[in-house]
Amino acid sequence: MNHLDEQVLPPQFDLPSLERNAFEWRALKNTLLTGFVWLLAVIASIPLFSVIYMLVVEGGARLDLEAITALPPAGFEMGGGFGNAIVGTLVMVGIAAAISIPLGTMAAIYLAILDPSSKLATTSRFLAKVLTGFPSILAGVFIYAVLVVTTGTYSAWAGGVALAVLMLPTVTLAAEEAMKQVPQKMKDAAFGMGCTNTQVIMKVVLPTGLPGILTGVILAVAGAAGESAPLLFTALFSNYYMAELAEPTASLSILIYNFSGMPFDNQIELAWAASLVLVMIVLIFNVLARVVGKSKFKD
Amino acid sequence: MNNQSELDTFIADKYEPQGPVVLDCQVNNIYYGDFRAVRDTNIPVEKNKVTGFIGPSGCGKSTVLRSMNRMNDLIDSFRFDGQIHYHNQDIYSKKVDAVVVRRYIGMVFQLPNPFSMSIYDNVAFGLRLNRFKGDEEEMVVRALERAAIWNDVKDKLNNSGLSLSGGQQQRLCIARAIATEPDVLLMDEPCSALDPIATRQIEELMIELKQHYSVALVTHNMQQATRVADVTAFMGVDISKGGRTGHLVEMGDTQQIFEDPRQKLTQAYVRGEFS
Repeated sequence: MNHLDEQVLPPQFDLPSLERNAFEWRALKNTLLTGFVWLLAVIASIPLFSVIYMLVVEGGARLDLEAITALPPAGFEMGGGFGNAIVGTLVMVGIAAAISIPLGTMAAIYLAILDPSSKLATTSRFLAKVLTGFPSILAGVFIYAVLVVTTGTYSAWAGGVALAVLMLPTVTLAAEEAMKQVPQKMKDAAFGMGCTNTQVIMKVVLPTGLPGILTGVILAVAGAAGESAPLLFTALFSNYYMAELAEPTASLSILIYNFSGMPFDNQIELAWAASLVLVMIVLIFNVLARVVGKSKFKD
Repeated sequence: MNNQSELDTFIADKYEPQGPVVLDCQVNNIYYGDFRAVRDTNIPVEKNKVTGFIGPSGCGKSTVLRSMNRMNDLIDSFRFDGQIHYHNQDIYSKKVDAVVVRRYIGMVFQLPNPFSMSIYDNVAFGLRLNRFKGDEEEMVVRALERAAIWNDVKDKLNNSGLSLSGGQQQRLCIARAIATEPDVLLMDEPCSALDPIATRQIEELMIELKQHYSVALVTHNMQQATRVADVTAFMGVDISKGGRTGHLVEMGDTQQIFEDPRQKLTQAYVRGEFS
């Protein structure tokens, strides 16, 4: 037994310690930096969470059926709501989407597929990029001159077009990017099957790029829903439900702007509630973008 | 390759096809911009045979193959001088629509390129494109069976085509190409991105496929040509002034090309002296 044990024993030499030493300089630096980055991430999210917290606390108190259906109250009146502003915002964003999505997608088809390196394409791509940083109030002033002055009235049309001006470059660039992501080998496959240019675009490029295109579209819609500056001189405001598209129209963002400056508690509470509704609308669009952004057929 | 001037003017002996010719390819010159990529290359593709294209890199075998269904039209600088007769029609004639050509002359690419749709939709794609009126499902199943992938996918026809393995994707692409019953199948190094097992399956499949279709196969793998091709065309490269222009060196029965090549260049290549 004894001599067998001796044979099995491993040779004796000093193994380096493989255990973690938390106080060694490298490990310490790593821990410190990780903690630091983590802290910065928390700090960065504080504004977002505190805004949402305040909105829920302050706005949630007044958020009821009356608030989202009734008309805005006058000066000393109690109760009331902002139903017309919700309708106005949705209608104007709808107009903007109906204008900017077809235009933007078709422009993107040209930029991404038909003639990506032509002069027209490089110029319009550059202009679209400049336009994404366009101050939104200028879109309002521009449409004021083009539509409000010429038609003689503030209108939902003008508001919608002003929002469309802001959405167009976002939609175009996002859709172009999404279509460029469609691999050349897939387009080759379609051409090899005997597809015309149109069929390649309709049957392969658009369906394959659709999640990306929709993500861009919905983010643009969400951005437009929260805009107030372009609506100031175009849609103005109204205290009533809209009867037609060619009249001044209420929107949530302008209502918040108006009511938050009033010296009445009722109006200020409604402004909070309207803010919460606006954030929820934007949030719903964002969630939608994430859901449709998940391609059905991932590799 | 020592005597450049001789190679410059060299023109391969004409290959006499033994059976009916489906696609008679007569290339005088193919240019990309100012660059002459291919010259003087006549390759008849015979019915129900596999015609192999072998040759060193850059000899223009893929260029010639892609010219056969006008895929090169998608490259702006491409210019074709010559004729490719398909059932007595020159596919490069001005009246011919390249899109229609590609519906009769299908193509399988080097990298498997299924669409990002379900397996079923991938195969049905060409049928729907041609507004096929008939039993779509039957055609899809038949194409999948002929492409030897039916057993792998019959339970998951609604899964993404991209979820398959590389070899399965390539067989799916073959199924997609043959679902519309094309006449000719052009295959551009269809196995170069696949593992040996998948390669063997595709090779066996190519031998099966020639019962129904005529196949033109570009391959970088000489053993593959000996295993699959009935007829082999060997292309070489001129190292002449201002560019590297490929051309046909020799074409004949695969056995003759590999065992009794007439040209020194062919001999050197099949012996593996250069590649």
